[in-house]
Amino acid sequence: MALLQTQNLNKHFGGLHVTADVSFSLEPGRIHCLIGPNGAGKSTFFRLLLGEHQPSSGTILFDGQDITRLKPFQRINCGMSVKFQVPGIFGALSARQNLQIALQHRLGPGDAEEEVERLLSFLQLEDVADQQAGNLSHGLKQWLEIGMAISLKPKLLLLDEPTAGMSPEETFMTGEIVRQLNAEGMTVLAVEHDMAFVRQVADRVSVLHFGRIFAEGTIDEIVADERVAAIYLGQNHD
Amino acid sequence: MIVSRFLKRLEGPQTMGKGPVFWTAFAVVLAAALAYPLFADGYDVGNNIYFLNWTFMALGLSLIWGYGGSLSFGQTAFFGVAGYSYGILTINFGTAYGFGLVSVLVAIAIAALFAAILGYFLFFGRISGIFLGIVTLSVTLALERFMAQTAGPEWKVGAARLNGFNGMSGMPALTLPWFGGEIPLYPDIGLYYLVLGLLVVVYLGLRILVNSRFGNVLVALRENPQRAEMLGYDIRKYQLATFVIGAALAGLSGVLYTSWGQYITPSSMGITSAALPIIWVAVGGRSDLTATLIGTLVVLSVFQALTIYGSQYALVVMGLLLVGTVLLAPRGLIANAGLLLGSLFIRRNGSK
Repeated sequence: MALLQTQNLNKHFGGLHVTADVSFSLEPGRIHCLIGPNGAGKSTFFRLLLGEHQPSSGTILFDGQDITRLKPFQRINCGMSVKFQVPGIFGALSARQNLQIALQHRLGPGDAEEEVERLLSFLQLEDVADQQAGNLSHGLKQWLEIGMAISLKPKLLLLDEPTAGMSPEETFMTGEIVRQLNAEGMTVLAVEHDMAFVRQVADRVSVLHFGRIFAEGTIDEIVADERVAAIYLGQNHD
Repeated sequence: MIVSRFLKRLEGPQTMGKGPVFWTAFAVVLAAALAYPLFADGYDVGNNIYFLNWTFMALGLSLIWGYGGSLSFGQTAFFGVAGYSYGILTINFGTAYGFGLVSVLVAIAIAALFAAILGYFLFFGRISGIFLGIVTLSVTLALERFMAQTAGPEWKVGAARLNGFNGMSGMPALTLPWFGGEIPLYPDIGLYYLVLGLLVVVYLGLRILVNSRFGNVLVALRENPQRAEMLGYDIRKYQLATFVIGAALAGLSGVLYTSWGQYITPSSMGITSAALPIIWVAVGGRSDLTATLIGTLVVLSVFQALTIYGSQYALVVMGLLLVGTVLLAPRGLIANAGLLLGSLFIRRNGSK
């Protein structure tokens, strides 16, 4: 059974049909990447999944449950978690406290303490643990937020352009983090532009175009698909 | 064991003051405050309770604004609601059989209920930022206008005349039930000790609250409400709870002020009164309880001195103080001084 499934999902903004009849299915255990040219509707689709937008029609099933009408925090409590594109951290608090706040939702004080240390070392943030999170470098902020997102032990981790603004080395390291989380059993759905990252992690890739699922397959199939190349090239030549 | 566990809960990332040096200073200040009536005239002691009366409202605002990130101009509305409620209750029913104390609690509960209803629409309607400030200020001013037009004899609740701009007066002083009769606490040494005791309890209680799991979520939603919600917290409930606690503290100030002066007027909810708590809290350092407390007492004393020697300039100075703080030390003057002291101390000791 699919972990996440959308059925004929639609979203209109006035006359603009941003998400058009998207029926999407995500198998558990996968790393699934969502790509597409700018304005393809990737972010809107993400916001629909998170409950930040309500769909005009259609349903969203998560883990066998209809979550279409649930509020964002209720969806999180169903076992979803998200890392935003712009690092969503608590800037005035220390990196350590950022993780503590994320963890206290699930664990008691003693266990949380232990888990904070484990996450700090997993994300290589030990040296900056007591610095103000707002003063960290961009890459470290991104990892810190990944740490907060996975603190919830989600069944599904949603990543919105996790490598935006990262150097190639940082991008690679992020890919390794994602692969390790997946190896530990976490299903991942990522919106991503960076094709090196997609190649590094994705089991399966979906291409969104004008709000529709335009193509789906393995990364090699997608790269070989001339229609996909055409929409990317077409956009570049507009 | 129990003491050390209690002390541990008083400290945490959300309060600046910690460690033996801080608590020694705390004990010295508290001892001085306890000893003060021994060396002063009872009349002066009674007058100076005035300053302590306001601190509860300020600490409540620190919680709502400094910790929770919601700028509310509503504190004086709850102050007024509780003050008038106390007056209406005690003028009608007196203070016998412990009803004086019941009136205090009921008046605070009315203010808290009012805050719960208002807060429900604000926070569950997702009103935040500047709009929250505008709505709460409007509610405060509407209450002031309403009370100001109640001068006619038709505006009374039982025996209590609301009395328009001149305000309600003649309510009994704060009265505690005791074996064999009530003890009315007029502005004197007894009332001083009661208010000081309340302040210590509220201050320590709030320290425990802000350093608890609840406090963690509170500062998280100040820093980034979307992220806090996407960690699974229903932030609306946290905001509402904070708003109600802060309002209850403003209500406590309102009751104490009204019973202390046996007097309350609509201008206690006017625009000047609504702006002053913002200044006390911002100048001291809104995101720290200790800085807020010290700042409030200092600014109030300065304001009091200024109104005696140059009444028309006092408010201008308050305005300048706020602007200066925002420009030069946005975290607050006392909070910045505290940070400076802390870093000097750490440097001198080599390490923490």
